[in-house]
Amino acid sequence: MIKHTIAVIVNDQPGVLQRVSGLFGRRGFNIESITVGTSEEVGLSRMVIVTTGDEQTLEQITKQLYKLIDVIKVIHLSSNPIVARELALIKVSAEPAARPEIFGVVETFRAAVVDIGTHSVMVQVVGDTEKIDAMVELLKPYGIRELSRTGVTALNRGNSR
Amino acid sequence: MVTQNATLKSKEELMEKLRQPEVITGSEILLRSLVLEGVDCVFGYPGGAVLYIYDAMHGFSDFNHVLTRHEQGAIHAADGYARASGKVGVCIATSGPGATNLVTGIATAYMDSVPLVVITGNVISSLIGTDAFQEADITGITMPITKHSYLVRDVEDLPRIIHEAFHIANTGRKGPVLIDIPKDVSANKTLFKPVTEVSIRGYNPTVSPNKLQVDKMIKAIAEAERPLILAGGGVIYSGAHEELHEFVKKTDIPITTTLLGLGAFPSGDDLFLGMPGMHGTYTANKSIQKADLLINIGARFDDRVTGKLSGFAPHAKIIHIDIDPAEIGKNVPTDIPIVGDVKTVLQIANLQAKRAEKADAWRAELLASKAQYPFSYKDSEDELKPQWVVEMLHETTNGDAIVTTDVGQHQMWAAQFYKFNKPRSWVTSGGLGTMGFGFPSAIGAQMANPDRLVISINGDGGMQMCAQELAICAINNIPVKVVILNNQVLGMVRQWQELIYDNRYSHIDLSGSPDFVKLSEAYGVKGFRATNKEEAKAVWEEALRHPGPAVVEFVVRKEENVYPMVAQGSTIDEMIMGDAE
Repeated sequence: MIKHTIAVIVNDQPGVLQRVSGLFGRRGFNIESITVGTSEEVGLSRMVIVTTGDEQTLEQITKQLYKLIDVIKVIHLSSNPIVARELALIKVSAEPAARPEIFGVVETFRAAVVDIGTHSVMVQVVGDTEKIDAMVELLKPYGIRELSRTGVTALNRGNSR
Repeated sequence: MVTQNATLKSKEELMEKLRQPEVITGSEILLRSLVLEGVDCVFGYPGGAVLYIYDAMHGFSDFNHVLTRHEQGAIHAADGYARASGKVGVCIATSGPGATNLVTGIATAYMDSVPLVVITGNVISSLIGTDAFQEADITGITMPITKHSYLVRDVEDLPRIIHEAFHIANTGRKGPVLIDIPKDVSANKTLFKPVTEVSIRGYNPTVSPNKLQVDKMIKAIAEAERPLILAGGGVIYSGAHEELHEFVKKTDIPITTTLLGLGAFPSGDDLFLGMPGMHGTYTANKSIQKADLLINIGARFDDRVTGKLSGFAPHAKIIHIDIDPAEIGKNVPTDIPIVGDVKTVLQIANLQAKRAEKADAWRAELLASKAQYPFSYKDSEDELKPQWVVEMLHETTNGDAIVTTDVGQHQMWAAQFYKFNKPRSWVTSGGLGTMGFGFPSAIGAQMANPDRLVISINGDGGMQMCAQELAICAINNIPVKVVILNNQVLGMVRQWQELIYDNRYSHIDLSGSPDFVKLSEAYGVKGFRATNKEEAKAVWEEALRHPGPAVVEFVVRKEENVYPMVAQGSTIDEMIMGDAE
């Protein structure tokens, strides 16, 4: 199964996320991650969806999305070079003695410690999915108390669209 | 003539009057907009959330409103109206249970691409989301079964939304559009100015095909030795039956039409092979499996047509013409995709279409096969055979009636033995297979065609799902001739249980059905019953002579099966031919 990243430009209407995610659900398409936010144009939102499937599935996803009246444009981002980023907040158990080690990991990954509690620290990491997976793996031995990932947002590099 | 001109003038005067800007309520905006959209008939059922709308309708006479006895009756009637006329069907229901009672009918229309505008009321805006009395999230519930939907939040938006809804419903691949109107929006006032233009970014159906793809099709036809056309409901919806006829005559390619495509091509023509699929003709199914070129025109390769997909049309190059790009390649891989409106595509194709020269042997083979394997059944002198009844209906009406059906064995017999020559003469629930559809859809078809004979063929099962609508036939004198092929069981389920579930007849006995003659008469509709051929002919003729609505019950053989039959999971040339062969 190939992973695809697509951007869906939609009218910023109530219910539009339900229309899009519902379409994926009922037609048996997979959503690995979905992010929604405003776009460069007022009134339009950009959804970035990471999905898996063969070329025929991707074609059907695109065509079925275009059937939704509120869908303006579907862009297959991963057919061209992209910048894809995800953000994660990871709250790790961290007694004072363990902190230098954790800070070392954070530094190596160019992540940041954004909060410190008495028994824990919160780490913020931005990067592609693999980087965040790796970060999570490295922090696991210390004890991850809470974890929140945003899902992937992405744009094509340079002039390619 | 004088009266007609007067009517025309008054219609124009009316439109002119309605176009004048005026401060009115949302309800009045709705009614005016419907008239301006050309609506002449609305089916509905009032309730709390649409009281302002019905209040505005008090004494209103610019379109007919038919009060059904159940919301399901209203939406199937609107559906039948749309299918038989080509216009947008409209129905109105209240919030909550009224709206949810429409769901089956919306799904039916969605599956068969029928243009409907469905208007539902909702609780007042400030109560939405509070589980208020009779609140249901109908836009959420119907999202998967509508082409688009609106929840109107501001009365100012109403004129635009109504105009957009009609545009969306009846362009591109047609379908139902829902407008949910909170009660306060229908009460609020604003300055009404009719909207006549529509601009929906992100909605631009492709009408004209890619010329190069059409050229490829023409080339493929010239090379084909065993070409075949598979035409579907899209031909009828785009009004392309004449273009299809011209295309078939120019190319001389044999044609099969799907269940929803019946009437798109004259059934008596030598090149017509009948319907394909689960209960299709031997020749249509065999020809698909042997074809080296299959031209799908406005059909969607439904599984009832294709049978086992991996073995479907194994030798054929596939051309698929459809206005909905998502249909192309959805079920069957396509060699030459042509996205566009069927009528426009065929008009362009007809400019260069030439006779398929290499297909002479193929034509002769199919003509012989057609003669050898027509639909057939063993007739009986003792019992009424349902196929015989349908043949009689065809003969006595010269095939000119509009026929609506419910779903089941009678539907297949009607498709097999009533021969259709004209589009929009056949109204049936294909995609969803909705029992309860047949009778109310006939009411809609009759409202759209007051001067034509409308016959509704039903089983004893489906008739009991919307029988209450007999009341509206009686009080409005809607002269539908309702046929009930009564075999006292759920026939199609019985057939599957016999053939596939080893005669284990589980819960199919419909004993306890009412006396349909008495039931009809209780509603004030003339009722007839026949148990043999002689009675059948006599009562049917009497029913036809009767000027108003009539119900004719034919008590038919219980054990009769529909043949040929392709079992699920088989390829379509693996047909059970039945006892007639």
